[in-house]
Amino acid sequence: MNSAKTLSAVAIVVAASIAVSGCSSSGPTASEPVSLRMTVWTSNEDQLALFDEIADAYIADHPEVESITFDPLDFDSYTTTLTTQLAGGNPPDMAWLLENAAPDFVSSGALVSLDDVLSATEGYELDDLSESATELWRTADGDLAAYPFSTSPFVVFANDDLLAEAGQPTGAELQAGGDWNWETISDIGSKVNAATGKAGFVIRDFEYTQWDYLSTVWNGWGAAPWSEDGQTCTMDSAEMVDAFTFLHDAAFEKQSMPGPGTTADFFAGDAAFTVTQISRASLLPESGIGSWELLPLPEGPDGEYSVIGQAGVGALVQGDHPEQAAEFIAWFTNPENSAKLATYFPPARESQLTPETLSAANPILTEAQLADVVIPAIADGQVRPSHTGAAEIQQEVRSGLDGLWVEDADIAGTLSGVCDAIGTLLEQ
Amino acid sequence: MSGVLDEAPVVLASGARRAGAGFPGIRRRRRRLSQGDALIGYLFVAPQVLGILLFVILPLVLILYYNFHEWNVLANSFRFVGTENVERLFSDPKVGPVLGATAIFSVGLVIGNLGLALLLAVLLNRKVRGITFFRTLFFSPVVVSLVAWTIVWGFLLQDDGGINGLLATIGIEGPNWLREGPTAMISVVVVQVFKNVGLNMILFLSALQGVPREVVEAASIDGAGRGATFGRITLPLISPTILLTTIITIVGSLQVFAQIAVLTQGGPGISTTVLVYYLFQQAFEFHRFGYGSTLALVLFVIVLLLTIVQWQLRKRWVFYEN
Repeated sequence: MNSAKTLSAVAIVVAASIAVSGCSSSGPTASEPVSLRMTVWTSNEDQLALFDEIADAYIADHPEVESITFDPLDFDSYTTTLTTQLAGGNPPDMAWLLENAAPDFVSSGALVSLDDVLSATEGYELDDLSESATELWRTADGDLAAYPFSTSPFVVFANDDLLAEAGQPTGAELQAGGDWNWETISDIGSKVNAATGKAGFVIRDFEYTQWDYLSTVWNGWGAAPWSEDGQTCTMDSAEMVDAFTFLHDAAFEKQSMPGPGTTADFFAGDAAFTVTQISRASLLPESGIGSWELLPLPEGPDGEYSVIGQAGVGALVQGDHPEQAAEFIAWFTNPENSAKLATYFPPARESQLTPETLSAANPILTEAQLADVVIPAIADGQVRPSHTGAAEIQQEVRSGLDGLWVEDADIAGTLSGVCDAIGTLLEQ
Repeated sequence: MSGVLDEAPVVLASGARRAGAGFPGIRRRRRRLSQGDALIGYLFVAPQVLGILLFVILPLVLILYYNFHEWNVLANSFRFVGTENVERLFSDPKVGPVLGATAIFSVGLVIGNLGLALLLAVLLNRKVRGITFFRTLFFSPVVVSLVAWTIVWGFLLQDDGGINGLLATIGIEGPNWLREGPTAMISVVVVQVFKNVGLNMILFLSALQGVPREVVEAASIDGAGRGATFGRITLPLISPTILLTTIITIVGSLQVFAQIAVLTQGGPGISTTVLVYYLFQQAFEFHRFGYGSTLALVLFVIVLLLTIVQWQLRKRWVFYEN
């Protein structure tokens, strides 16, 4: 018994010593140089080198900042990892944020308001930021909680080699003939599949789980997952039923779209068309596709439309140095550095939305393609759906839509079930 | 060094216990030596005790504490909510299906794993040429990275994957394994069975080789057939190993996570959402750390109860416990 007591006492004392020593380690005082950390989801060496270059120039002028590190996290689990770091008491000073996480971070007060520091930064030209691009990143009071450093439109790439092999018109011919719409694409895709065994069209990254990528289709039907105020589910609207009926037919009847559990990579030459973000153009040189075309999203029954994906960068209130972090964001996104970042991330600054600026970023695209397809899409695009409690809504809708991706699905009934599942979540 | 040198006197002191009973000097020396031994013992066990304290006991206490709180990580707010999370547990319509999926997975895994492991162990418990190769072959998945193993199986189980390609060669149109409710759960169970069956197979093999040959021969001489000998002689003799593997497999089955995350993400619907995956979703994806803690407590209680029940039942079916 005595041994057990002594053993317990020793263990508790050691554990307490470790805990106390951990707690007593203090951060730098106000006069000591600070180290900043920004979580990002890219591990592209060229992009990280550019960030380091921007950070080094900042450190050279700011002796109070000792170092700035860019901490790449896995993209698929990015938001989960970031919130786990917050929960674990290891918050970064700055973080990239995906558009679907924006409402949670912005509305919770997790981010430092950037308005004052951006306004006070000489030569920042805050008014140059596109109003539509910043909308998602403003609090209910209108404060800018994060800077939208990337505004990337969804476009269609067409594999003209594969279309020719299947004896079908090219993307440009379809557009010139006024046939650039979803019904025609599905018809042609079906013929490509029948003739070559390859896929017709692919909504990249959807994979029958990431349903919000389907906004690149249903927006053409004038559908939306919820009302503008975010309070009411509209997944069961007539427009949405029609859009999902189109997709279901494409997957199970026309077989113009790969079915669930089947993969087809456009950039490996496996599909005639793909809907994806413009940044994927970088994959084309390695794809082996000789002749390809960049096109806007096809028309739907509701007419022309465009969709954009966004990413923002914000300073976290819970970080060790929120003020210095906000100041660095002002530097990171000033006009000069924004132009540099435009090499990889389409900017939100209207003055930089020019074919000249963007062609430097996308040398594979012509200025005509950028002017005709990319710039109008950025200017008019609707951001992918987002809502507070996005992760739970994403999970509920994914779970509900699983019932739709079977051959004899009750489409209207399934979508109605989705609304039943997320109705209360939308109201919260 | 001093600890080693002290070994001999300790034995002497122990042997002289009765002889030195009336000598206070010897008693003091013995106490001092025994305290020195105890200290060395404490130092040896300290890392393990510290690890358990920090990574098992402390989290358990914290989970109990968080269970009574709601923690909004983004807003950095932490408030006492009393029994709100427990009430939520009983009103959450998903808890029933999640516990059901967990039970189906566990039962499937235990039956599949232990049955196949025992079968393989019996087949491989013979001295034939090349038997080591087959033992190595069946054990090798145990040392393969779990995630790599699962990702490869994910490709094989796709609608146009290797399994259906194989079935197509014999004229069978396979299902969309990971996208249909029943086959998704079966797939996850089978992937896990093949991953770990080698470990239990080795344990069973070791137990089978410990069965006295003369006992089996005696049963044979008494007229028992192979089935009767296996059922009435071999199985009872290896029952301690069966108990051990059953406990390990059940506890392991309740902790399954990576296979679900990689293969099905809990779908289709929530048909493969087991308790640990649901706990992960609530805590780390939906940021409900309080409710996630409540679910973790449920998991702890289930594991504890199952282990206690098995431990109590061992006297009824484990041979050496009578």
